Amino acid sequence: MDLVSFAVQLLNGVQYGLVLFLVASGLTLVFGILGVINLAHGAFYMLGAYLAYWITAYTGSFWLALIGGVAIAFVVGLLLEEIFVKRLYGRDHLAQVLLSFGLILVLDELRHILFGKDVHSVAAPEFLRGSIQLTDVLSYPVFRLAICAFCLAVAVAIFFVIEKTRIGMIVRAGAENRDMTRALGIPFDVVNRYVFAVGIALAALGGIVVSPISTVFPGMDNQMLILSFVVVVLGGIGSVAGAAIGALLIGISDSFGKVFFPNFSSFTVYVLMAAVLLWRPNGILGRREV
Amino acid sequence: MGGKVRGRIVPAALIGAAVALPFLATTYYLQFASKILLMGLLAMALNLVVGFGGLVSLCHAAFFGLAGYMLAIAAPQYEAGSIWLTLPAAVGAAALAALAIGALSLRTRGIYFIMVTLAFGEMLFFLFHDTKLAGGSDGTFIYYKPEVAIGTLRLLDLEKASAFYWVVLGFTLAGIALLAMIVRSPFGHALAAARVNERRARSLGFPIYCIRLAAFAMSGALAGVSGYFAAAQFGYVAPQMLGWHMSATALAMVVLGGMRTVTGPLLGAAILMGLEEVLRATTEHWKLVEGLIIIGLVLAFPEGVRQLFPIIFKPHAFRIPRRAREPAVPAREAGHA
Amino acid sequence: MPEVALRAEGLEKRFGGLRAVAEVSLDVHVGEIHAVIGPNGAGKSTLINLLSGELTPSAGSIFLGERAVGTLGVHHRALAGIGRSYQKTTIFLPFTVLENVRLAAQARAAGGLRIFGSPDRDGALNGRARAALETVGLAARAEVAAGLLSHGEQRQLEIAMVLATEPKTVLLDEPLAGMGASEAKAMIELIRSLKIGRAVLIVEHDMDAVFSLADRLTVMADGRVIASGAPEEVRRHPAVRSAYLGEEGGVS
Repeated sequence: MDLVSFAVQLLNGVQYGLVLFLVASGLTLVFGILGVINLAHGAFYMLGAYLAYWITAYTGSFWLALIGGVAIAFVVGLLLEEIFVKRLYGRDHLAQVLLSFGLILVLDELRHILFGKDVHSVAAPEFLRGSIQLTDVLSYPVFRLAICAFCLAVAVAIFFVIEKTRIGMIVRAGAENRDMTRALGIPFDVVNRYVFAVGIALAALGGIVVSPISTVFPGMDNQMLILSFVVVVLGGIGSVAGAAIGALLIGISDSFGKVFFPNFSSFTVYVLMAAVLLWRPNGILGRREV
Repeated sequence: MGGKVRGRIVPAALIGAAVALPFLATTYYLQFASKILLMGLLAMALNLVVGFGGLVSLCHAAFFGLAGYMLAIAAPQYEAGSIWLTLPAAVGAAALAALAIGALSLRTRGIYFIMVTLAFGEMLFFLFHDTKLAGGSDGTFIYYKPEVAIGTLRLLDLEKASAFYWVVLGFTLAGIALLAMIVRSPFGHALAAARVNERRARSLGFPIYCIRLAAFAMSGALAGVSGYFAAAQFGYVAPQMLGWHMSATALAMVVLGGMRTVTGPLLGAAILMGLEEVLRATTEHWKLVEGLIIIGLVLAFPEGVRQLFPIIFKPHAFRIPRRAREPAVPAREAGHA
Repeated sequence: MPEVALRAEGLEKRFGGLRAVAEVSLDVHVGEIHAVIGPNGAGKSTLINLLSGELTPSAGSIFLGERAVGTLGVHHRALAGIGRSYQKTTIFLPFTVLENVRLAAQARAAGGLRIFGSPDRDGALNGRARAALETVGLAARAEVAAGLLSHGEQRQLEIAMVLATEPKTVLLDEPLAGMGASEAKAMIELIRSLKIGRAVLIVEHDMDAVFSLADRLTVMADGRVIASGAPEEVRRHPAVRSAYLGEEGGVS
């Protein structure tokens, strides 16, 4: 494989990984801070994509879709937390699994009612179409580069908030030891609601950003759900940095896997997961001893 | 003693009614009953790991589906496969997969375990979905029910709904008996101890990992029995049979019917499938209603629908130690306050 | 010549940059009670976790008799003859008292993991369980769910469970914690009776109990052993006095 093809695959992998990171970071925050296992997380990724389709179809503007989609998803997250997710706190994992499964059935059917079963495509904004010429035969889509840049910016923003702000400190404390943080008098109801909404919004953002290149179709939630779970398991629950590492690992291995083992590309992801778990059962950056 | 006799009469009556069903019901309902028994068997197998072992597994449908695929693969394409060959092959494959997946997954706990089993289950889904193995995403047909014959002498004709039903009933009852035996045994007690207080069980000298792995493998094998006959009944296998939605549905049956008893999940299967049947006939968007009902039932009955029938179902016929309040699945686990 | 049942040499445990336990060596003979004391943060919990196998040593070795067990996991160590009680009572709350102890007996019984038969009907198991209950004085409460016992009774139950596994070495982690005066008295006598035929290591804060029970005493501070020997000697040791005097203004 020559250097340019290698670079292209690497770039693809990084781009995929960055989108995965966006979605997975939302998942890991919800797990780590709320202690809730939300199987419906992939549905919000799908929600983002469908919102992108709907809004660009109506207004012709991808930017509006970006902002509007995230805003809508955020509000949906706030509402959902209040109505439903609140009841999951403190329940055992089995109840949470089933309740979020029930939610998926509901959301899936809602999607079917509102948007039907067709596959849709979303147009990327004008100036981001087209490709950059890398060599005389190979060119790379500008939009993918834009995705990388955007996701990277969001990732940096997330790290900044988590590491450098008070809110971030509260969030990190909550991930370490929820009961203690509660005992310190921090208004957890409010924090939980916003954390959940942010988690959902991140997933939706992933869906919006990716919609022009991946198309919008029923079942896209499942794919993303599994992968984001694998990323979170790999990286360690509650660790955003772990999610970043896990996402990049998965993205790159998937990308190269598609080249070398086209029939088994999905496999490379699971082999990677199995290997990491043998080495670190709590994920790369998860807690070490019981 | 009143309670003990009552405890024997109800199951006996139910079994009697079940055996007599082919004489009373139409073919459609007979097949529906077979379906309930098979899903019930899957749920009861899963319950060994979930209710008794305290581990939430989201990959059991993979063992179920794998066994079905083995039937499709092992049976000749346009002839009936021999049950003596295909059933052990199917159950063996399911057991092996359970052993392999369990060996890796059981190194993790709590939420990690759930997610890892989810991922491995999906891995098997993709194995059949993305490759040319047995039809890829389209699945494969199984044109003939397995043949039960010795040499040229045919013992049973499984193409007949009643014969198929009795065979399924037989396996289900055998499954119940096996599970009851396991649960009552020293092994079963050790498994339950590990669920209740893993730390103490380990420090007493129980090999927790091995115990759970054994339970997982046995559970997977039993799920395979169910999957084999389910595939034979539908006449068709598709990757969806391995998907996690199927695993989650089985989990719903376990929780609805009651996790701490051997037969609870069978009741859960009957309820959920009955519900589905009614909903499908009523509305096109039955999935939505089903989702809402699952949510509602889980919120309302944390210990299963059996909470509704304390009078009928008090007997300890299949119950293992009397319990003080206990969480469904231990909440305390690594790294989580 | 007293038999050495448990021996630790040069034990060390590091957590990242922190050395919770450093260069700790001690041994416990059959027939003695060896107490480990020290101020909070001295590394006593870490030590007991290292001995029982819940933590792996960063350095050093542990022997049960002649056998090196430092790399063995918790359940293998238990099978090698070590039993342990926890600071926070660790029993099977939903099961009855008898079932709890029977499980302990089952762990060491041949065929303890059969998938047929039933422990309820196993005469030998039930016999051993009841005997252990007699020893700790809980025989009358055999059919009560463990979750319904008083705190003191739960502690007794835990001791019964440890006994039922017939260990040569017993580790007791603050067995008197949370006990009222009369419960503590009974527990002290029970612990005293444990040393017959066994090696007992006890971590405790209750000084009266320690001086009443201990045949030997080891004092830890900051992860190290600062004194070890007969209780009266240790009491007069200068380093010990300063470690405790340093604590005197605060919570002991």
